[in-house]
Amino acid sequence: MSALRIPRRTLVLLLAASGTLALLQLSGLAFWQGLAINFAIFIILVQALNMASGFTGVFSLGHIGFMAIGAYTSAILTLPLATKSEYLPNLPGWLAGIHLDVAVGPLPVGFFAATLVAGLVAMVVAGLVGAVLMRLSGHFVAVATLGFLVIVRVVLFNADDITRGSRTFSNVTPYTNLWWAWGWAVIAIYVAWRVKFSGLGRAMFAQKADRWAARSIGISILRPRLIAFVAGAFLSAIAGSLYAHFITSFSPTVFYFDLTFRVITMLVVGGMGSVSGAVIGTALVLALAEALRRIEGATLLYGLGGILLAVFFIAVIIFRPSGIMGQREVDLDRVLGWRPRWRRGRPDAEPSRRG
Amino acid sequence: MTESAVTDPTTALLDVEGLTKRYSGLVALSEYELRLAPHSIHGVIGPNGAGKTTLFNLLSGMVQPTAGSIRFGGVDITAHAAHDVARAGIARTFQNIRLFGDMTAIDNVKVAVQQRLPISLAMTLISSPSYRRNEADVTEHARPILDRMGLGAMADRQASSLPYGDQRRLEIARAVATNPRILLLDEPNAGMNPTETAELLDLIRRLRDELGLTVILVAHDIPLVMGLCDRIQVLNHGELIADGPPTTVRNDPDVITAYLGRASDA
Repeated sequence: MSALRIPRRTLVLLLAASGTLALLQLSGLAFWQGLAINFAIFIILVQALNMASGFTGVFSLGHIGFMAIGAYTSAILTLPLATKSEYLPNLPGWLAGIHLDVAVGPLPVGFFAATLVAGLVAMVVAGLVGAVLMRLSGHFVAVATLGFLVIVRVVLFNADDITRGSRTFSNVTPYTNLWWAWGWAVIAIYVAWRVKFSGLGRAMFAQKADRWAARSIGISILRPRLIAFVAGAFLSAIAGSLYAHFITSFSPTVFYFDLTFRVITMLVVGGMGSVSGAVIGTALVLALAEALRRIEGATLLYGLGGILLAVFFIAVIIFRPSGIMGQREVDLDRVLGWRPRWRRGRPDAEPSRRG
Repeated sequence: MTESAVTDPTTALLDVEGLTKRYSGLVALSEYELRLAPHSIHGVIGPNGAGKTTLFNLLSGMVQPTAGSIRFGGVDITAHAAHDVARAGIARTFQNIRLFGDMTAIDNVKVAVQQRLPISLAMTLISSPSYRRNEADVTEHARPILDRMGLGAMADRQASSLPYGDQRRLEIARAVATNPRILLLDEPNAGMNPTETAELLDLIRRLRDELGLTVILVAHDIPLVMGLCDRIQVLNHGELIADGPPTTVRNDPDVITAYLGRASDA
């Protein structure tokens, strides 16, 4: 038996998604392609925050900081040598010589490697930061992680030699396409799903529910929290790398409160702790934001979108504080009409007899 | 699963000396002493605010003492963190039930069982053979524990949706699932009717006999401890005022004044 048994419903979903992507790719509809890539990047960000905050109850406001680290790391690593010496002349020697712009045939393996390195760098930073911050709870940890976000921004602004400071960082090769973005989004969903329905996930949710009780059965609070924080940082950095190579020019101002609250809105709307909810919340908020943007354009009432989105968020908090899904999951079998029964337990506990 | 009996019954399983906890001026517990015999059921009684829960918080490492020492099986665990105390083999329940409410009954037990197994993120993500073996192991161990508590049929129910008595028993199941040597029960019969209480007494005896557990029980229900315990300590205002077999303690004049006094007035 292979180590990775893929249930039939998952396989069907993956095939359907691949087919949709292929059609979208062939259609040449640039607007929809861009939206689909945005959707994928947001899914990764929301799943990252879902693990770090939704699973553990530790409210992190700092994950966009890891996205920034990922974006800059990957962008610097993939710059071709010629561009690099001209564009970032004061880079430290060891960094100036690296150019992960290599490709094997049509496959930009350099981009893949740079994305992984970006993720690892964020993981190391998260390990150091988290070892201190994950001991805090409640408001304290929210404020402390917000502090981390501010620190990242200040460093990016002032590390001129490496990041060009407040000037726009451009000339990034546009590697990100539908396949890269969705490939990573699928991985992010898989990671969150696996963790949620594992012993690790149980420990995370247990200490979220009651720290005293968790300690009383031998759970060291720090460990599951730190693992979630670090894994979330990795995924955020991946999203950062994809974003950098999608948008191709950016500055530190992008990675701040706006984006932080956009991602939090998506997670809260979907349901903190629900993997499928995170995808639903992302889709909903993204669609709403896009619709509002068009209304703004038509009515010339600029700023209206932001206000309405905030009102929507407040309404969700008041009327459905645990989001659309709470901590539950969509039952794929039921959605696909295979087994008309709402199952609340652990969907992956046993291989489906039909799968 | 059953722990073999400790060979030398004269050695105390838990040896507590001069245990004291002060909260800026208030002495919650003062100079508490205990030499706990293996396989005994030990009762701690006292009026509200006597320091019973403080004692449990100290013994389980949830709160650090101001002075004194706790030795468990010969090892000094005074400064251990709560999760290390639990892993060493002291499990507890809480006076106000503290379950993982959103999780199913079986998951409440599984998360306790799994603490004796190594868990890594990498193994989880690739779903390695060792990871799957561990998960199967955890399930295999958790089921019988629920069954033993009479909660087998409730396995997939959300913990917070269970009836009160079941929640109490689930909390004991979760504590037992850590495979402890000492079980601390904080007012286990609080809110239970006489029938449920009688069942609970039976359950506690069976846990002692079948799993070889040593039990420390906090209660203010005197008949409960009198019938169940091998030895009883009485706390009042954080001080130990009596210590001995139930018959002795029952007739102790200090205890009658401090604790039972009101009953004789009535």
